[in-house]
Amino acid sequence: MSQKQEEENPAEETGEEKQDTQEKEGILPERAEEAKLKAKYPSLGQKPGGSDFLMKRLQKGVWGIISYPLSLDVLLCVDKIEGETSYFDSGDYNMAKAKMKNKQLPSAGPDKNLVTGDHIPTPQDLPQRKSSLVTSKLAGGQVE
Amino acid sequence: VVADIISTVEFNHTGELLATGDKGGRVVIFQREQEVSGEGWRVLQLSKNQVHRRGEYNVYSTFQSHEPEFDYLKSLEIEEKINKIRWLPQQNAAYFLLSTNDKTVKLWKVSERDKRPEGYNLKDEEGRLRDPATITTLRVPVLRPMDLMVEATPRRVFANAHTYHINSISVNSDYETYMSADDLRINLWNFEITNQSFNIVDIKPANMEELTEVITAAEFHPHHCNTFVYSSSKGTIRLCDMRASALCDRHTKFFEEPEDPSNRSFFSEIISSISDVKFSHSGRYIMTRDYLTVKVWDLNMENRPIETYQVHDYLRSKLCSLYENDCIFDKFECVWNGSDSVIMTGSYNNFFRMFDRNTKRDVTLEASRENSKPRAILKPRKVCVGGKRRKDEISVDSLDFSKKILHTAWHPSENIIAVAATNNLYIFQDKVN
Repeated sequence: MSQKQEEENPAEETGEEKQDTQEKEGILPERAEEAKLKAKYPSLGQKPGGSDFLMKRLQKGVWGIISYPLSLDVLLCVDKIEGETSYFDSGDYNMAKAKMKNKQLPSAGPDKNLVTGDHIPTPQDLPQRKSSLVTSKLAGGQVE
Repeated sequence: VVADIISTVEFNHTGELLATGDKGGRVVIFQREQEVSGEGWRVLQLSKNQVHRRGEYNVYSTFQSHEPEFDYLKSLEIEEKINKIRWLPQQNAAYFLLSTNDKTVKLWKVSERDKRPEGYNLKDEEGRLRDPATITTLRVPVLRPMDLMVEATPRRVFANAHTYHINSISVNSDYETYMSADDLRINLWNFEITNQSFNIVDIKPANMEELTEVITAAEFHPHHCNTFVYSSSKGTIRLCDMRASALCDRHTKFFEEPEDPSNRSFFSEIISSISDVKFSHSGRYIMTRDYLTVKVWDLNMENRPIETYQVHDYLRSKLCSLYENDCIFDKFECVWNGSDSVIMTGSYNNFFRMFDRNTKRDVTLEASRENSKPRAILKPRKVCVGGKRRKDEISVDSLDFSKKILHTAWHPSENIIAVAATNNLYIFQDKVN
Protein backbone atom coordinates (compact mmCIF):
# COMPACT_ATOMS: atom_id res chain seq x y z
CA MET A 1 0.00 0.00 0.00
CA SER A 2 1.05 3.58 -0.30
CA GLN A 3 3.88 4.76 1.85
CA LYS A 4 3.94 8.33 3.02
CA GLN A 5 6.23 10.58 1.03
CA GLU A 6 7.02 14.03 2.26
CA GLU A 7 7.00 16.55 -0.53
CA GLU A 8 9.98 18.58 0.51
CA ASN A 9 12.30 15.87 1.69
CA PRO A 10 13.21 13.29 -0.94
CA ALA A 11 14.99 11.20 1.68
CA GLU A 12 11.64 9.84 2.91
CA GLU A 13 11.64 6.53 1.11
CA THR A 14 10.89 2.91 1.81
CA GLY A 15 13.57 0.71 3.24
CA GLU A 16 14.62 -0.73 -0.10
CA GLU A 17 14.70 2.58 -1.93
CA LYS A 18 16.64 4.16 0.88
CA GLN A 19 19.22 1.45 0.71
CA ASP A 20 19.65 2.02 -3.01
CA THR A 21 20.18 5.71 -2.38
CA GLN A 22 22.62 4.98 0.37
CA GLU A 23 24.51 2.52 -1.76
CA LYS A 24 24.96 5.31 -4.21
CA GLU A 25 26.18 7.51 -1.39
CA GLY A 26 28.32 4.70 -0.02
CA ILE A 27 27.05 3.94 3.45
CA LEU A 28 23.90 3.86 5.59
CA PRO A 29 23.79 6.75 8.08
CA GLU A 30 23.22 4.28 10.93
CA ARG A 31 26.30 2.34 9.94
CA ALA A 32 28.35 5.49 9.97
CA GLU A 33 26.98 6.27 13.41
CA GLU A 34 27.69 2.72 14.54
CA ALA A 35 31.28 3.07 13.41
CA LYS A 36 31.57 6.32 15.33
CA LEU A 37 30.25 4.66 18.47
CA LYS A 38 32.55 1.66 18.19
CA ALA A 39 35.51 3.95 17.65
CA LYS A 40 34.72 5.77 20.87
CA TYR A 41 33.93 2.69 22.92
CA PRO A 42 35.82 -0.35 21.63
CA SER A 43 34.57 -2.57 24.47
CA LEU A 44 30.96 -2.16 23.36
CA GLY A 45 29.13 -5.45 22.94
CA GLN A 46 27.90 -6.49 19.54
CA LYS A 47 24.25 -6.82 20.39
CA PRO A 48 22.61 -4.27 22.66
CA GLY A 49 19.43 -6.26 23.07
CA GLY A 50 20.91 -9.00 25.19
CA SER A 51 19.43 -10.33 28.41
CA ASP A 52 21.90 -8.48 30.64
CA PHE A 53 20.88 -5.21 29.05
CA LEU A 54 17.19 -5.95 29.44
CA MET A 55 17.57 -7.23 32.99
CA LYS A 56 19.23 -4.02 34.06
CA ARG A 57 16.39 -2.17 32.43
CA LEU A 58 13.90 -4.20 34.44
CA GLN A 59 15.59 -3.34 37.70
CA LYS A 60 15.57 0.34 36.99
CA GLY A 61 12.52 0.34 34.83
CA VAL A 62 13.71 3.09 32.57
CA TRP A 63 15.90 2.73 29.53
CA GLY A 64 17.75 5.89 30.31
CA ILE A 65 19.01 4.76 33.67
CA ILE A 66 21.44 2.24 32.25
CA SER A 67 24.70 3.89 31.51
CA TYR A 68 26.61 2.58 28.54
CA PRO A 69 29.11 1.87 27.24
CA LEU A 70 30.35 -0.70 29.61
CA SER A 71 31.18 -4.27 28.93
CA LEU A 72 28.09 -6.37 29.34
CA ASP A 73 29.88 -8.64 31.78
CA VAL A 74 30.32 -5.93 34.36
CA LEU A 75 27.22 -5.40 36.48
CA LEU A 76 27.73 -1.74 37.16
CA CYS A 77 24.88 0.71 37.16
CA VAL A 78 25.71 4.37 37.05
CA ASP A 79 23.32 6.94 38.45
CA LYS A 80 21.61 9.32 36.11
CA ILE A 81 20.57 12.84 37.06
CA GLU A 82 16.95 11.89 37.65
CA GLY A 83 17.71 8.26 38.11
CA GLU A 84 16.90 5.72 40.74
CA THR A 85 19.71 4.89 43.08
CA SER A 86 20.21 1.67 44.90
CA TYR A 87 20.11 1.93 48.67
CA PHE A 88 21.62 -0.39 51.20
CA ASP A 89 18.53 -0.32 53.40
CA SER A 90 15.75 1.95 54.54
CA GLY A 91 18.06 3.89 56.86
CA ASP A 92 20.35 4.63 53.96
CA TYR A 93 17.31 5.76 51.98
CA ASN A 94 16.19 8.12 54.69
CA MET A 95 19.62 9.60 55.08
CA ALA A 96 19.86 10.20 51.36
CA LYS A 97 16.45 11.87 51.48
CA ALA A 98 17.69 14.07 54.28
CA LYS A 99 20.69 15.10 52.23
CA MET A 100 18.45 15.97 49.30
CA LYS A 101 16.23 18.04 51.54
CA ASN A 102 19.33 19.76 52.84
CA LYS A 103 20.21 20.85 49.32
CA GLN A 104 16.71 21.90 48.34
CA LEU A 105 15.96 23.93 51.45
CA PRO A 106 19.09 25.85 52.31
CA SER A 107 17.10 28.11 54.59
CA ALA A 108 16.20 25.23 56.86
CA GLY A 109 18.53 26.53 59.55
CA PRO A 110 20.74 24.79 62.09
CA ASP A 111 17.83 24.01 64.40
CA LYS A 112 16.44 21.50 61.86
CA ASN A 113 19.03 19.01 63.07
CA LEU A 114 19.14 17.14 59.76
CA VAL A 115 20.94 13.84 59.67
CA THR A 116 24.27 13.67 57.93
CA GLY A 117 26.22 10.67 56.80
CA ASP A 118 28.41 10.52 59.89
CA HIS A 119 25.63 10.62 62.40
CA ILE A 120 23.88 7.49 63.62
CA PRO A 121 20.20 8.35 63.25
CA THR A 122 17.65 8.10 66.03
CA PRO A 123 13.91 8.02 65.36
CA GLN A 124 13.63 11.70 66.32
CA ASP A 125 16.32 12.65 63.85
CA LEU A 126 14.82 11.02 60.81
CA PRO A 127 13.18 13.60 58.56
CA GLN A 128 9.55 13.31 57.69
CA ARG A 129 8.39 12.26 54.28
CA LYS A 130 8.15 15.20 51.97
CA SER A 131 5.03 17.28 52.18
CA SER A 132 2.28 16.47 49.74
CA LEU A 133 0.82 19.95 49.99
CA VAL A 134 3.15 21.51 47.47
CA THR A 135 0.87 22.53 44.64
CA SER A 136 1.70 21.80 41.06
CA LYS A 137 2.40 24.94 39.09
CA LEU A 138 -0.26 23.85 36.61
CA ALA A 139 -2.83 24.32 39.34
CA GLY A 140 -1.94 28.00 39.33
CA GLY A 141 -3.73 28.21 36.01
CA GLN A 142 -0.76 28.34 33.67
CA VAL A 143 -2.64 27.24 30.61
CA GLU A 144 -1.87 28.70 27.22
CA VAL B 1 11.23 22.12 39.48
CA VAL B 2 11.60 18.47 38.63
CA ALA B 3 8.30 17.52 40.27
CA ASP B 4 6.43 19.72 37.79
CA ILE B 5 7.49 17.71 34.78
CA ILE B 6 4.30 16.47 33.14
CA SER B 7 4.34 12.73 32.65
CA THR B 8 0.91 12.07 31.17
CA VAL B 9 -1.99 13.96 29.53
CA GLU B 10 -5.47 12.60 28.84
CA PHE B 11 -8.86 13.98 27.80
CA ASN B 12 -11.94 12.28 29.19
CA HIS B 13 -14.52 10.70 26.86
CA THR B 14 -16.44 13.92 26.23
CA GLY B 15 -13.43 16.19 26.14
CA GLU B 16 -14.91 18.27 28.91
CA LEU B 17 -12.06 17.38 31.23
CA LEU B 18 -8.32 17.18 30.69
CA ALA B 19 -6.13 15.44 33.25
CA THR B 20 -2.38 15.78 33.64
CA GLY B 21 -0.09 13.77 35.86
CA ASP B 22 3.39 14.84 36.88
CA LYS B 23 6.64 13.53 38.25
CA GLY B 24 5.68 14.66 41.75
CA GLY B 25 2.70 12.29 41.81
CA ARG B 26 0.11 15.04 41.43
CA VAL B 27 -2.90 15.11 39.16
CA VAL B 28 -4.30 18.39 37.83
CA ILE B 29 -7.68 18.30 36.09
CA PHE B 30 -8.82 21.09 33.78
CA GLN B 31 -12.43 21.67 32.84
CA ARG B 32 -13.71 23.30 29.72
CA GLU B 33 -15.71 26.41 30.35
CA GLN B 34 -19.22 26.39 29.07
CA GLU B 35 -20.16 29.45 27.16
CA VAL B 36 -23.63 30.58 28.11
CA SER B 37 -25.29 32.51 25.33
CA GLY B 38 -27.53 35.55 25.72
CA GLU B 39 -30.60 33.38 26.18
CA GLY B 40 -29.43 32.38 29.64
CA TRP B 41 -32.47 30.60 30.99
CA ARG B 42 -33.12 28.60 27.84
CA VAL B 43 -29.59 27.46 27.56
CA LEU B 44 -29.61 26.09 31.09
CA GLN B 45 -32.62 23.98 30.26
CA LEU B 46 -30.81 22.05 27.55
CA SER B 47 -28.87 18.94 28.38
CA LYS B 48 -25.14 19.29 28.81
CA ASN B 49 -24.29 17.95 25.38
CA GLN B 50 -26.41 20.50 23.59
CA VAL B 51 -24.95 23.58 25.18
CA HIS B 52 -22.80 25.43 22.72
CA ARG B 53 -19.29 25.25 24.04
CA ARG B 54 -16.48 27.52 23.05
CA GLY B 55 -14.70 27.73 26.30
CA GLU B 56 -11.22 27.58 27.59
CA TYR B 57 -9.85 25.07 30.03
CA ASN B 58 -9.51 26.12 33.64
CA VAL B 59 -8.23 24.27 36.67
CA TYR B 60 -11.00 22.13 38.11
CA SER B 61 -9.30 19.95 40.68
CA THR B 62 -5.83 19.04 41.84
CA PHE B 63 -4.75 16.29 44.18
CA GLN B 64 -1.81 14.20 45.22
CA SER B 65 -2.39 10.80 43.68
CA HIS B 66 0.76 8.93 44.60
CA GLU B 67 3.50 9.39 47.16
CA PRO B 68 7.05 8.11 46.98
CA GLU B 69 7.42 4.73 48.64
CA PHE B 70 10.30 2.58 49.65
CA ASP B 71 10.54 -1.07 48.67
CA TYR B 72 12.13 -2.59 51.74
CA LEU B 73 12.80 -5.90 50.08
CA LYS B 74 14.85 -4.51 47.22
CA SER B 75 16.03 -1.33 48.94
CA LEU B 76 14.78 0.72 46.04
CA GLU B 77 12.67 3.81 45.93
CA ILE B 78 9.32 3.59 44.17
CA GLU B 79 8.81 6.80 42.26
CA GLU B 80 5.60 8.70 42.68
CA LYS B 81 5.64 9.80 39.06
CA ILE B 82 2.28 9.26 37.36
CA ASN B 83 2.95 7.07 34.34
CA LYS B 84 -0.57 7.01 32.94
CA ILE B 85 -4.05 8.35 33.57
CA ARG B 86 -7.11 6.79 31.99
CA TRP B 87 -10.66 8.05 32.42
CA LEU B 88 -13.70 5.88 32.95
CA PRO B 89 -16.77 6.82 30.95
CA GLN B 90 -19.13 8.93 32.99
CA GLN B 91 -22.03 6.99 34.47
CA ASN B 92 -23.29 9.41 37.11
CA ALA B 93 -22.59 12.89 38.37
CA ALA B 94 -19.09 12.02 39.52
CA TYR B 95 -15.99 11.53 37.37
CA PHE B 96 -13.72 8.52 37.77
CA LEU B 97 -10.16 8.07 36.61
CA LEU B 98 -7.38 5.55 37.01
CA SER B 99 -3.90 6.82 37.74
CA THR B 100 -0.80 4.71 38.09
CA ASN B 101 2.82 4.99 39.09
CA ASP B 102 5.38 2.19 38.65
CA LYS B 103 3.69 -0.19 41.07
CA THR B 104 0.21 0.87 42.17
CA VAL B 105 -2.96 1.75 40.29
CA LYS B 106 -5.56 3.92 42.00
CA LEU B 107 -9.17 4.66 41.14
CA TRP B 108 -10.05 8.26 41.98
CA LYS B 109 -13.51 9.74 42.25
CA VAL B 110 -13.84 13.42 41.49
CA SER B 111 -17.14 14.90 42.58
CA GLU B 112 -18.72 18.27 43.07
CA ARG B 113 -20.34 19.62 46.13
CA ASP B 114 -22.31 22.82 45.76
CA LYS B 115 -24.87 22.49 48.52
CA ARG B 116 -24.59 21.91 52.22
CA PRO B 117 -27.17 21.03 54.81
CA GLU B 118 -28.03 23.64 57.39
CA GLY B 119 -30.37 23.70 60.34
CA TYR B 120 -29.68 20.44 62.11
CA ASN B 121 -31.54 19.95 65.34
CA LEU B 122 -28.92 18.11 67.31
CA LYS B 123 -25.86 19.99 66.07
CA ASP B 124 -25.11 23.67 65.97
CA GLU B 125 -23.65 25.43 62.95
CA GLU B 126 -20.08 24.55 63.93
CA GLY B 127 -20.97 20.88 64.28
CA ARG B 128 -20.89 20.73 68.05
CA LEU B 129 -23.53 18.61 69.68
CA ARG B 130 -26.32 20.46 71.39
CA ASP B 131 -27.69 19.37 74.73
CA PRO B 132 -31.04 17.76 73.89
CA ALA B 133 -32.56 19.28 77.00
CA THR B 134 -32.13 22.77 75.49
CA ILE B 135 -34.02 21.94 72.33
CA THR B 136 -37.57 23.19 72.47
CA THR B 137 -38.56 23.30 68.83
CA LEU B 138 -37.92 21.13 65.78
CA ARG B 139 -36.86 22.38 62.40
CA VAL B 140 -36.31 20.69 59.08
CA PRO B 141 -32.70 20.90 57.83
CA VAL B 142 -32.45 22.46 54.41
CA LEU B 143 -29.84 22.30 51.67
CA ARG B 144 -28.36 25.68 50.96
CA PRO B 145 -26.04 26.54 48.08
CA MET B 146 -22.37 26.91 48.85
CA ASP B 147 -19.28 27.74 46.82
CA LEU B 148 -18.50 24.91 44.48
CA MET B 149 -16.10 22.44 46.02
CA VAL B 150 -14.49 19.73 43.93
CA GLU B 151 -13.32 16.75 45.93
CA ALA B 152 -11.09 13.93 44.85
CA THR B 153 -11.19 10.75 46.87
CA PRO B 154 -9.33 7.50 46.31
CA ARG B 155 -11.95 4.80 45.92
CA ARG B 156 -9.77 1.79 45.14
CA VAL B 157 -6.10 1.01 45.48
CA PHE B 158 -4.83 -1.83 43.31
CA ALA B 159 -1.44 -2.68 44.76
CA ASN B 160 1.15 -5.42 44.96
CA ALA B 161 0.42 -7.04 41.62
CA HIS B 162 3.46 -5.95 39.65
CA THR B 163 7.04 -7.02 40.16
CA TYR B 164 8.20 -4.84 37.30
CA HIS B 165 7.32 -1.29 36.36
CA ILE B 166 3.83 -0.52 35.09
CA ASN B 167 3.94 1.15 31.68
CA SER B 168 0.26 1.02 30.64
CA ILE B 169 -3.26 0.86 31.91
CA SER B 170 -6.33 0.45 29.74
CA VAL B 171 -10.03 0.51 30.61
CA ASN B 172 -12.04 -2.23 28.94
CA SER B 173 -15.13 -1.47 26.88
CA ASP B 174 -17.19 -3.51 29.35
CA TYR B 175 -16.49 -0.77 31.91
CA GLU B 176 -16.10 -3.49 34.51
CA THR B 177 -12.50 -4.46 33.99
CA TYR B 178 -9.20 -2.88 33.11
CA MET B 179 -5.68 -4.08 32.52
CA SER B 180 -2.30 -2.99 33.82
CA ALA B 181 0.90 -3.94 32.00
CA ASP B 182 4.47 -3.98 33.22
CA ASP B 183 7.67 -5.01 31.42
CA LEU B 184 6.90 -8.71 31.54
CA ARG B 185 3.31 -9.24 32.62
CA ILE B 186 -0.20 -8.00 32.03
CA ASN B 187 -2.90 -8.26 34.70
CA LEU B 188 -6.66 -8.01 34.36
CA TRP B 189 -8.56 -6.34 37.18
CA ASN B 190 -12.19 -5.92 38.13
CA PHE B 191 -12.85 -2.41 39.39
CA GLU B 192 -14.60 -3.76 42.47
CA ILE B 193 -11.88 -6.17 43.55
CA THR B 194 -8.54 -4.88 44.75
CA ASN B 195 -6.99 -7.94 46.35
CA GLN B 196 -6.98 -10.13 43.25
CA SER B 197 -6.15 -9.82 39.60
CA PHE B 198 -5.88 -12.27 36.73
CA ASN B 199 -2.56 -12.60 34.99
CA ILE B 200 -3.34 -12.70 31.29
CA VAL B 201 0.10 -12.32 29.74
CA ASP B 202 3.41 -13.52 31.15
CA ILE B 203 6.49 -13.35 28.99
CA LYS B 204 8.99 -13.85 31.74
CA PRO B 205 11.32 -16.69 30.70
CA ALA B 206 12.08 -19.43 33.20
CA ASN B 207 15.71 -18.53 32.84
CA MET B 208 16.21 -14.77 32.84
CA GLU B 209 19.33 -15.22 30.74
CA GLU B 210 16.97 -16.00 27.88
CA LEU B 211 15.18 -12.67 28.11
CA THR B 212 15.07 -11.07 24.68
CA GLU B 213 12.19 -8.63 24.76
CA VAL B 214 9.92 -6.72 27.11
CA ILE B 215 6.37 -5.38 26.92
CA THR B 216 6.35 -1.68 26.17
CA ALA B 217 2.64 -0.76 25.89
CA ALA B 218 -0.79 -2.40 25.95
CA GLU B 219 -4.35 -1.39 25.14
CA PHE B 220 -7.84 -2.88 24.98
CA HIS B 221 -9.83 -2.82 21.76
CA PRO B 222 -12.32 0.08 21.91
CA HIS B 223 -15.37 -2.13 21.22
CA HIS B 224 -14.47 -5.78 21.65
CA CYS B 225 -13.97 -6.44 25.34
CA ASN B 226 -12.17 -9.72 24.68
CA THR B 227 -9.43 -8.23 22.48
CA PHE B 228 -6.28 -6.35 23.39
CA VAL B 229 -2.86 -5.65 21.92
CA TYR B 230 0.59 -5.25 23.42
CA SER B 231 3.81 -4.02 21.85
CA SER B 232 7.37 -5.08 22.47
CA SER B 233 10.89 -3.70 22.58
CA LYS B 234 11.62 -5.63 19.39
CA GLY B 235 9.09 -3.67 17.34
CA THR B 236 6.36 -6.28 17.25
CA ILE B 237 2.69 -6.13 18.23
CA ARG B 238 0.63 -9.04 19.46
CA LEU B 239 -3.14 -9.12 19.43
CA CYS B 240 -4.72 -11.46 21.96
CA ASP B 241 -8.22 -12.80 22.40
CA MET B 242 -9.15 -13.58 26.01
CA ARG B 243 -11.75 -16.09 24.86
CA ALA B 244 -9.03 -18.35 23.49
CA SER B 245 -7.49 -19.19 26.86
CA ALA B 246 -7.05 -17.85 30.36
CA LEU B 247 -3.39 -17.08 29.81
CA CYS B 248 -2.88 -15.23 26.55
CA ASP B 249 0.76 -16.14 26.01
CA ARG B 250 -0.11 -17.41 22.56
CA HIS B 251 -1.15 -14.52 20.42
CA THR B 252 -4.03 -14.52 18.00
CA LYS B 253 -2.27 -12.14 15.62
CA PHE B 254 1.37 -11.13 15.34
CA PHE B 255 2.27 -7.88 13.61
CA GLU B 256 5.81 -7.41 12.44
CA GLU B 257 7.36 -5.58 9.53
CA PRO B 258 10.11 -7.60 7.88
CA GLU B 259 13.50 -5.95 8.08
CA ASP B 260 16.02 -5.87 5.30
CA PRO B 261 19.00 -7.64 6.90
CA SER B 262 21.45 -5.48 5.00
CA ASN B 263 20.01 -2.44 6.78
CA ARG B 264 20.79 -3.85 10.17
CA SER B 265 23.05 -1.87 12.51
CA PHE B 266 23.85 -1.69 16.19
CA PHE B 267 20.93 0.68 16.61
CA SER B 268 18.32 -1.31 14.68
CA GLU B 269 16.69 -3.03 17.60
CA ILE B 270 16.78 0.01 19.85
CA ILE B 271 15.08 2.29 17.35
CA SER B 272 12.53 -0.35 16.46
CA SER B 273 11.34 -0.59 20.07
CA ILE B 274 7.71 0.52 20.14
CA SER B 275 7.07 3.22 22.72
CA ASP B 276 3.31 3.51 22.28
CA VAL B 277 0.43 1.61 20.69
CA LYS B 278 -3.07 3.01 20.17
CA PHE B 279 -6.21 1.60 18.61
CA SER B 280 -8.04 3.89 16.22
CA HIS B 281 -11.47 5.02 17.42
CA SER B 282 -12.99 2.77 14.79
CA GLY B 283 -11.13 -0.23 16.15
CA ARG B 284 -9.95 -1.17 12.65
CA TYR B 285 -6.39 0.08 12.92
CA ILE B 286 -3.57 0.31 15.41
CA MET B 287 -0.91 2.97 15.43
CA THR B 288 2.58 2.36 16.79
CA ARG B 289 5.39 4.78 17.57
CA ASP B 290 9.01 3.76 17.42
CA TYR B 291 11.97 6.08 17.71
CA LEU B 292 11.90 7.52 14.20
CA THR B 293 8.48 6.69 12.75
CA VAL B 294 4.76 6.33 13.34
CA LYS B 295 3.11 3.36 11.68
CA VAL B 296 -0.51 2.54 11.02
CA TRP B 297 -1.44 -1.13 10.85
CA ASP B 298 -4.63 -2.70 9.56
CA LEU B 299 -5.76 -5.40 12.00
CA ASN B 300 -6.40 -7.62 9.01
CA MET B 301 -2.83 -7.47 7.76
CA GLU B 302 -0.06 -8.70 9.99
CA ASN B 303 2.93 -8.73 7.70
CA ARG B 304 3.49 -4.99 7.40
CA PRO B 305 1.97 -1.62 8.27
CA ILE B 306 -0.28 0.09 5.73
CA GLU B 307 1.23 3.49 6.40
CA THR B 308 4.61 4.69 7.70
CA TYR B 309 5.28 8.30 8.58
CA GLN B 310 8.77 9.69 9.21
CA VAL B 311 8.76 11.82 12.32
CA HIS B 312 12.36 13.03 12.35
CA ASP B 313 14.36 10.88 9.97
CA TYR B 314 17.22 13.41 10.06
CA LEU B 315 18.14 11.91 13.44
CA ARG B 316 19.51 8.85 11.68
CA SER B 317 22.82 10.61 11.28
CA LYS B 318 22.82 11.54 14.96
CA LEU B 319 22.24 8.12 16.46
CA CYS B 320 25.68 7.91 18.02
CA SER B 321 25.27 11.02 20.14
CA LEU B 322 21.62 10.24 20.83
CA TYR B 323 22.75 6.91 22.21
CA GLU B 324 25.38 8.56 24.37
CA ASN B 325 22.95 11.04 25.90
CA ASP B 326 20.25 8.37 26.24
CA CYS B 327 17.79 10.26 24.05
CA ILE B 328 17.55 7.20 21.83
CA PHE B 329 15.57 5.61 24.67
CA ASP B 330 12.98 8.40 24.89
CA LYS B 331 9.43 7.07 24.81
CA PHE B 332 7.23 9.17 22.59
CA GLU B 333 3.46 8.70 22.57
CA CYS B 334 1.14 9.02 19.59
CA VAL B 335 -2.54 9.93 19.28
CA TRP B 336 -5.42 9.76 16.79
CA ASN B 337 -7.84 12.60 16.23
CA GLY B 338 -11.53 11.89 16.77
CA SER B 339 -12.22 10.83 13.19
CA ASP B 340 -8.97 8.83 12.81
CA SER B 341 -7.98 11.00 9.87
CA VAL B 342 -5.02 12.77 11.51
CA ILE B 343 -2.31 11.39 13.78
CA MET B 344 0.01 13.35 16.02
CA THR B 345 3.23 12.70 17.87
CA GLY B 346 6.00 14.67 19.54
CA SER B 347 9.64 15.28 18.70
CA TYR B 348 12.56 17.34 20.02
CA ASN B 349 13.05 21.09 20.32
CA ASN B 350 9.44 21.26 21.54
CA PHE B 351 8.31 20.29 18.06
CA PHE B 352 5.33 18.08 17.45
CA ARG B 353 4.15 16.62 14.16
CA MET B 354 0.74 15.98 12.63
CA PHE B 355 0.11 13.70 9.67
CA ASP B 356 -3.10 13.82 7.66
CA ARG B 357 -3.75 10.28 6.50
CA ASN B 358 -6.05 11.33 3.69
CA THR B 359 -4.21 14.23 2.10
CA LYS B 360 -0.78 12.87 3.04
CA ARG B 361 0.21 16.31 4.18
CA ASP B 362 2.14 16.81 7.38
CA VAL B 363 3.09 19.75 9.52
CA THR B 364 5.63 20.48 12.23
CA LEU B 365 4.60 22.88 14.97
CA GLU B 366 6.36 24.20 18.03
CA ALA B 367 5.07 24.49 21.59
CA SER B 368 6.94 27.33 23.19
CA ARG B 369 6.10 30.59 24.90
CA GLU B 370 8.51 32.62 22.79
CA ASN B 371 6.90 31.62 19.54
CA SER B 372 3.23 31.66 20.40
CA LYS B 373 1.27 34.37 22.09
CA PRO B 374 -2.20 33.35 23.24
CA ARG B 375 -4.68 33.39 20.32
CA ALA B 376 -1.87 33.52 17.77
CA ILE B 377 -1.76 31.11 14.85
CA LEU B 378 1.04 28.57 15.10
CA LYS B 379 3.57 28.88 12.35
CA PRO B 380 4.75 25.67 10.71
CA ARG B 381 8.39 24.86 11.45
CA LYS B 382 10.96 23.18 9.29
CA VAL B 383 14.15 21.36 10.08
CA CYS B 384 16.88 21.85 7.54
CA VAL B 385 18.88 18.75 6.72
CA GLY B 386 21.26 19.80 4.01
CA GLY B 387 23.78 22.59 3.85
CA LYS B 388 21.63 25.52 2.73
CA ARG B 389 19.49 26.69 5.59
CA ARG B 390 16.63 28.98 4.71
CA LYS B 391 15.72 31.89 6.94
CA ASP B 392 13.01 30.28 9.08
CA GLU B 393 14.51 26.83 9.18
CA ILE B 394 16.41 25.32 12.05
CA SER B 395 19.37 23.07 11.48
CA VAL B 396 19.59 19.60 12.98
CA ASP B 397 22.60 20.58 15.05
CA SER B 398 20.71 23.43 16.68
CA LEU B 399 17.90 21.23 17.95
CA ASP B 400 17.50 21.19 21.71
CA PHE B 401 17.24 17.54 22.72
CA SER B 402 16.35 18.37 26.28
CA LYS B 403 13.08 19.87 25.05
CA LYS B 404 11.14 16.78 24.13
CA ILE B 405 7.42 16.40 23.64
CA LEU B 406 6.60 12.89 24.80
CA HIS B 407 2.96 13.32 25.80
CA THR B 408 0.13 14.74 23.74
CA ALA B 409 -3.64 14.30 23.69
CA TRP B 410 -6.40 15.02 21.18
CA HIS B 411 -9.96 15.97 22.12
CA PRO B 412 -12.32 13.09 21.27
CA SER B 413 -14.48 15.07 18.85
CA GLU B 414 -13.04 18.52 18.28
CA ASN B 415 -9.78 19.87 16.97
CA ILE B 416 -8.36 20.72 20.35
CA ILE B 417 -5.01 19.29 21.38
CA ALA B 418 -3.07 19.27 24.61
CA VAL B 419 0.72 19.20 24.38
CA ALA B 420 3.03 18.69 27.35
CA ALA B 421 6.41 20.36 26.92
CA THR B 422 8.44 19.30 29.98
CA ASN B 423 6.68 21.25 32.72
CA ASN B 424 4.41 23.38 30.57
CA LEU B 425 1.01 22.46 29.23
CA TYR B 426 -0.20 23.93 25.96
CA ILE B 427 -3.74 23.67 24.68
CA PHE B 428 -4.24 24.51 21.02
CA GLN B 429 -7.49 24.85 19.17
CA ASP B 430 -8.09 24.76 15.46
CA LYS B 431 -10.03 27.87 14.54
CA VAL B 432 -10.59 26.98 10.90
CA ASN B 433 -14.37 26.92 11.15
